[in-house]
Amino acid sequence: MGSVNLLLVDDEVPFVETMSKRLEKRNFKVAPSFSGAEALGLLEKNESIDVVILDVKMPGMDGISTLREIKRMRPLVEVIMLTGHGTIDSGIEGMKLGAFDYLTKPCDMDKLVSKIQEAKNAKTQREDKITLARISEIELRRGD
Amino acid sequence: MTEKSKETKTRFKIWARNVAVQMISISFVPLILILLIIGYEFQTSYKEKSLAYLRELVLKHQNTIDLFLNEKLSYIQVLARSYSYQQLRDEELLAQKLSVLQSSYGGVFVDIGVVDDKGIQIAYAGAFNLGKANYANAEWFKQAMGKPYFISDVFLGLRNQPHFIITVKQSSKEEGDWILRATIDFEKFNAFVEQVSVGQTGSAFIINRKGELQTKPNPDSPLQKSFLMDLLTEITIAEKSGESPINVGEIKYQKKSYIYITTLLKGGEWLLVYQQAKSDAFASLYRAQKISLVIFLLGGLAIIWVVMFIYRRETSYIQHLREERMVMNEQVIEAGKLASLGELAAGIAHEINNPLAIMLEEGGWIEDLMSEEPFCQCENYDEIKRALKQIHTQGDRCKEITHKLLSFARRTDPMARKTQVNDLIEEIIGISEQRSKFSNIKINKHLDANLPEVMVSPSEMQQVFLNLLNNAIDAIDAAGGHGGTIEITSRTEGNAVIVDVADTGQGIPDAILTRIFDPFFTTKAVGKGTGLGLSICLGIIKKMEGKLTVNSIVGEGTTFHIHLPINETESIEEVANSSNI
Repeated sequence: MGSVNLLLVDDEVPFVETMSKRLEKRNFKVAPSFSGAEALGLLEKNESIDVVILDVKMPGMDGISTLREIKRMRPLVEVIMLTGHGTIDSGIEGMKLGAFDYLTKPCDMDKLVSKIQEAKNAKTQREDKITLARISEIELRRGD
Repeated sequence: MTEKSKETKTRFKIWARNVAVQMISISFVPLILILLIIGYEFQTSYKEKSLAYLRELVLKHQNTIDLFLNEKLSYIQVLARSYSYQQLRDEELLAQKLSVLQSSYGGVFVDIGVVDDKGIQIAYAGAFNLGKANYANAEWFKQAMGKPYFISDVFLGLRNQPHFIITVKQSSKEEGDWILRATIDFEKFNAFVEQVSVGQTGSAFIINRKGELQTKPNPDSPLQKSFLMDLLTEITIAEKSGESPINVGEIKYQKKSYIYITTLLKGGEWLLVYQQAKSDAFASLYRAQKISLVIFLLGGLAIIWVVMFIYRRETSYIQHLREERMVMNEQVIEAGKLASLGELAAGIAHEINNPLAIMLEEGGWIEDLMSEEPFCQCENYDEIKRALKQIHTQGDRCKEITHKLLSFARRTDPMARKTQVNDLIEEIIGISEQRSKFSNIKINKHLDANLPEVMVSPSEMQQVFLNLLNNAIDAIDAAGGHGGTIEITSRTEGNAVIVDVADTGQGIPDAILTRIFDPFFTTKAVGKGTGLGLSICLGIIKKMEGKLTVNSIVGEGTTFHIHLPINETESIEEVANSSNI
């Protein structure tokens, strides 16, 4: 499996820094970001992002609004929400808005890694399906 | 019970008593006024009528007696005028005439005699041996000689028996003045006077102007000389003032009140006295008064009974409403407290959660680094690994605590929703674990894994479980502090979910078992409990259409059973609004 490009979004700087290092150590490419707005900017510039790990509770633009924007900008990018147990409801709401899954904070690294991989797989499958659909569409047109 | 609620209860009692007193007063005042006014009017008019009737009666009797005397006098006058002195000297004729008079008047005439101007009875017919009796010094003879006719007072005379006589004076040229005298039977006259009797004590008698009795009065009548003289004085005053000589008055004699009516007889020489005990004369009035009083008392008792009945029913209803309101207020306060506690807990949990996440990440990072080659050869590698593991374990513990706090805080609304009761029990056990551990109490749970969800408000159910668990811990503590066990069981029974909370505490005595759900009832020391916990629990369970029951054996423990109906409805409903509580 090729490397996964991650965008990690959380307002807690040490958390982002350390988790980035740990994820990079597990062969993920991580783009750190400390707010929703910053994350959207990065996402706009960097089209290779596969999965966004997004904290729900952030000052300014919160996780749910950021998710909504991400899905509008890049519908294929998968988002994993990070939530405190008390905000599970917002995690669920996030899933309704198209998030891949949610994890409670502090989260277990192994669980996170497996969720990232699941998300990447899902994204790849969807991209493949789209590609196939496009090819068949082109073929159909040619046939015409 | 708190001091405040005691004071409120006392104030309520005083208020309720005042209401009862006012109700009784309002009912009684008009009743008493009516009784007094009508009673007074009735008594006055009844007395007036009774006295007027007696007056009439006495006047009629006066006429009858006067008629009696005049009639007897007329006979003697006719006899005296019909026969000459010489003829009447014949005792046979006299006896014959006496016999005619006696048969005509039922023995009213006792004897008959002719007395000459010297007072010698020259002829006599009758039962006594009075022939040739000398009356020259007799009082009556002196008076009789001065008048054409004369009716004497009662006197004993020669026969030594009470009697009175009627005399008619005649004059002739040959014999001068002579008198025909007839004796009236005292007993007969007495019976005639007495026949006016009304009621049981009404009787009449006659006195002369000197206050001497002329007939035999009723022995119970007031007969003091002074009283009789007063009667004469009164009648004299009435005579002088020109009023009709009839007097009405009252006298007390031997603790009894009498009314008397007096009038003059025999041309003013005698006084007819009618008297009757007041209790007898006004017997009907007094009977009516007694009946009225009995009716008043019975009516009064009925009013008091009705007022007390209404008072008890209404005050207990108001008291019940007040208590319900107080419980509701307390419930609202408790809910508010719980909500603010929840918010506080959520805030703290969030604040702790983020640094905790960083700490755990840093720990994880160290672990990651430690797994690299150079560190593996480090002397203390195993020790560092163990320490890191411990950091993880304790970090996870902290995470668990913050998560429990957060899930507790999440549920503070009274909305009923489909809830898994087992989850609530787990959370509450988690919260209470620390406290139970300090009290050396083991909490065992036997939860049915297939327990269906029920429509309840999670936050309120949590409150119920927390209350029951705290009470169970208190009961075990109170049993001697040697610890114990709390068994929490959940199961399905028919169309209901049953949760039992059983402790091995001191148990509840039968005497107070029925009162434990009463508001403000507590056995805990002042300041330790409001006595509202179980009452609020019952309110919450009832609101959810469930039941809360208890079994207890003193010394062995107590079990609370919560019975929650399994509701098939999917929709979320506002229980608080749909409920009576």
